[in-house]
Amino acid sequence: MGGFAGVEMRGISKSFGGNYANRDIDFSVAPGEIVGLLGENGAGKTTLMNILYGLYRPDSGEIRMGDRHLRMDSPRDAIKHGIGMVHQHFMLIQNQTVAENVALGYDKAPFLFPRKVVKAKLEEFGLTFGLKTDGDAWVWQLSAGEQQRVEIVKALIYGAELLILDEPTSVLTPTEAQELFGVIRSMAKMGKAIVLISHKMEEIAAVCSRVVVLRKGAVVGHADPTAVSRSDLAHMMVGRDVALSLDRAPLPRGEEVLSVENVCAQGDRGLEAIKGITFRIYRNEIFGIAGVSGNGQRELVEAITGLRRTTSGKIVLSGKDITAKSARVVSELGVSHVPEERIKFGIVPNLLVYENAVLKSHHVKPFSNVVFLNYDLIRKHAANIVDGFQVAARSIDSPMKNLSGGNIQKLIIGREILRNPSLLVASHPTYGLDVGATEYIRTQLLKRRDEGGGVLLVSEDLEELFSLCDRIAVMYQGRLVGIAETCNLTSETVGLMMAGSMEIPQEACS
Amino acid sequence: MRYALVAEDRIDLRPAFSFLVLLASLLAGLVAMGAVFAANGKDPVMGILRIFRSGFLSSYGIGETLSRSLPLILTGTGLAVAFRGRFWNIGAEGQILAGAVFTTWIGLSFASLPGVVLVPLMLVAGMAGGAAWGLLAALLKVVFSVNETISTLMLNYVLAEFVRFLIVGPWKGKSQHGFPYTDDLSKNASLVTVPGTSIPYVTVILAILAVVLVYLLIYRTKFGYEIRVLGENSEAARYAGINAARVTILIMLVSGGLAGLAGFSEVASKYKHMTYPETISANYGFTAIIVAWLARLDPRFVIFSAIFFAGILVGGDSIQISMGLPAATVQVFNGVILVFLIMSEFFTKNRLVLKRVGSRKEGSGRA
Repeated sequence: MGGFAGVEMRGISKSFGGNYANRDIDFSVAPGEIVGLLGENGAGKTTLMNILYGLYRPDSGEIRMGDRHLRMDSPRDAIKHGIGMVHQHFMLIQNQTVAENVALGYDKAPFLFPRKVVKAKLEEFGLTFGLKTDGDAWVWQLSAGEQQRVEIVKALIYGAELLILDEPTSVLTPTEAQELFGVIRSMAKMGKAIVLISHKMEEIAAVCSRVVVLRKGAVVGHADPTAVSRSDLAHMMVGRDVALSLDRAPLPRGEEVLSVENVCAQGDRGLEAIKGITFRIYRNEIFGIAGVSGNGQRELVEAITGLRRTTSGKIVLSGKDITAKSARVVSELGVSHVPEERIKFGIVPNLLVYENAVLKSHHVKPFSNVVFLNYDLIRKHAANIVDGFQVAARSIDSPMKNLSGGNIQKLIIGREILRNPSLLVASHPTYGLDVGATEYIRTQLLKRRDEGGGVLLVSEDLEELFSLCDRIAVMYQGRLVGIAETCNLTSETVGLMMAGSMEIPQEACS
Repeated sequence: MRYALVAEDRIDLRPAFSFLVLLASLLAGLVAMGAVFAANGKDPVMGILRIFRSGFLSSYGIGETLSRSLPLILTGTGLAVAFRGRFWNIGAEGQILAGAVFTTWIGLSFASLPGVVLVPLMLVAGMAGGAAWGLLAALLKVVFSVNETISTLMLNYVLAEFVRFLIVGPWKGKSQHGFPYTDDLSKNASLVTVPGTSIPYVTVILAILAVVLVYLLIYRTKFGYEIRVLGENSEAARYAGINAARVTILIMLVSGGLAGLAGFSEVASKYKHMTYPETISANYGFTAIIVAWLARLDPRFVIFSAIFFAGILVGGDSIQISMGLPAATVQVFNGVILVFLIMSEFFTKNRLVLKRVGSRKEGSGRA
């Protein structure tokens, strides 16, 4: 590879099934530059970068490096040209070691016994860029942050001069994110070109020297992130003014809706995933649980919603013991649940919108009698959700899978809120949603609180927790390492607690 | 310039379109079958025409086709229920046999009861037998997480061997001159058929009822809704508080029960005694799998696909004799059709597009 002269994309268009994902996009990145690619979900950021990485072929347009045309049929071609990409979902083989994973796509690895060569390379690159990895570790043992490091080193070893990072902080704690930004800056100093795909404006502002904003598949603006305000960027992204902070009027604490006492439960692998958790949630309150995912939040939510057996402890909902009750009973007693991984858990993609509207209440009056479903009422109910919660669906008769992520989530939120629950459990409700849908969902959670419901919000997004929650608890390795009124917390302390390097003693926080 | 075929998702699935794809795949299957005839030195067009002529156009053939479509409709609607819930019931053969065994047992034990009492008793027994055999596989899955594809398949052999044991052992008929049959059922225990055919009135009613009730079950009832949710997304079913074990057990009671009814009808009208397992179930349990898929797991369409395959079975029997083809021809035919049906799934869900991918030097521009 001769000197890397930067990459230029000209007039790139790409459509899927008649919808433009990219329309006539010009994009360039030079050596030593960190370019932010900002846009809502579905704006076409990832598509554009997948084209640059050879995963998609553009319908029209060209990619140039210096005065040469690049033709890329696969990531293999892209790697040959010095382009590397770290996807949002890692492409590592879980039951191989780090070195084996790196050797897999490395064409300079010797045919026999590649491990030694690869390990030496890992060490060399680790030193240069401050990315330490253990070549002998199994990938499944690594945290998300460590896996990401492996992905980055892997791309660098393959010879990447241009590194594309797709939503890299989505799996990191704030501290890890800061470290990553440090690595990115030092890579840029060494002449690497970086593209950072993100929908978070703070991140872009923190590291990028230039930002390109996409909306609906087209470039809507270029900016110097240090020179424009966040609300200007948001306006560019969404195409209208967005309320970045929500009004959370102080409300007096209502009666207790949920009491979780000393609850323990096992994870899927039979290891203790939550270890003696205790907290209470009151009416007119949003109670947040912060933490890097995988620290027991999922197990806790499942224990509360009746989806997971507890091994000890007690869960009480408005005075009724629901500890060993089934999901159906818990739901009937007034717990609604907006699940994480909404498409996997929250809907049935191949069934129609109206059928999905009664997923948890199809079995009760008035939607059914002893045997038959009452489709007239079910359809009316679905129409209510679609109208009342701004679900953009062509019709309630279309398959659920035709809806976008944001609209799927709005339907789920609507479905769960219209059951008028005393407790609404929401897991990562805005994860991966665009700014507009995020704003809407957050408003709905606040509205639920103001109407007298209790809300349990599990999120990794500190900004979200701070703007919505009355109290925040931090979960680390299956325990709550601190509970406090939001006004008494800073994102730094929460970040430290998320990383396990700080604790607030339990007595001080109730 | 190079071109490549690229598969893209179809966004809108129109029923008319998927019907056309279905027809096209059946046609392609027939062409492939023609090749099989040709390889055997027979005229392919004649062979296929003869299958259809004797299955669907002769008066004897039509009667025979309708008669053989009945066990396929009963079993096929049952399998549609199971497959909707993603329970891979490959064990309808065994469930048919279990129904036949129970039917025979009641029919022989209470031979002197009047028909109006005895036939309903046999019917219920047949249904219960099939349901019980289906339940066994469901319990194996629910309690021990045994993969149902394997358990249902293996339970076929268990029951076939059991039947073989019965007919040469404890149930061997004294009036059958040493043949491995049970004694014949009494006249009270036999089903009345439409004159001049082997179509029993009772089974026609049962088949129609099965289609109507299973249709209502799948699309109109709470239980059907839970089957579909469980089948389409078991994680969402768990989230929704649907009791998967309960639904699985009910699915197999229905699916096995309907297959058991087919066994009841075969014994009580066609053979009037229990005989070799492969004679009684006659591969209906496997053919019904294809019937259910061709019908896209919709009970209404099961009627048509069952008649279609019954006609092919009848036509296949006739070309064995008239064209001197091996008995396996019909099975090859069914297999070929199934393969093409599975392929048609791909073509209904994807669109193949010929795309210009550009030449080596020019870059990927189309300009």
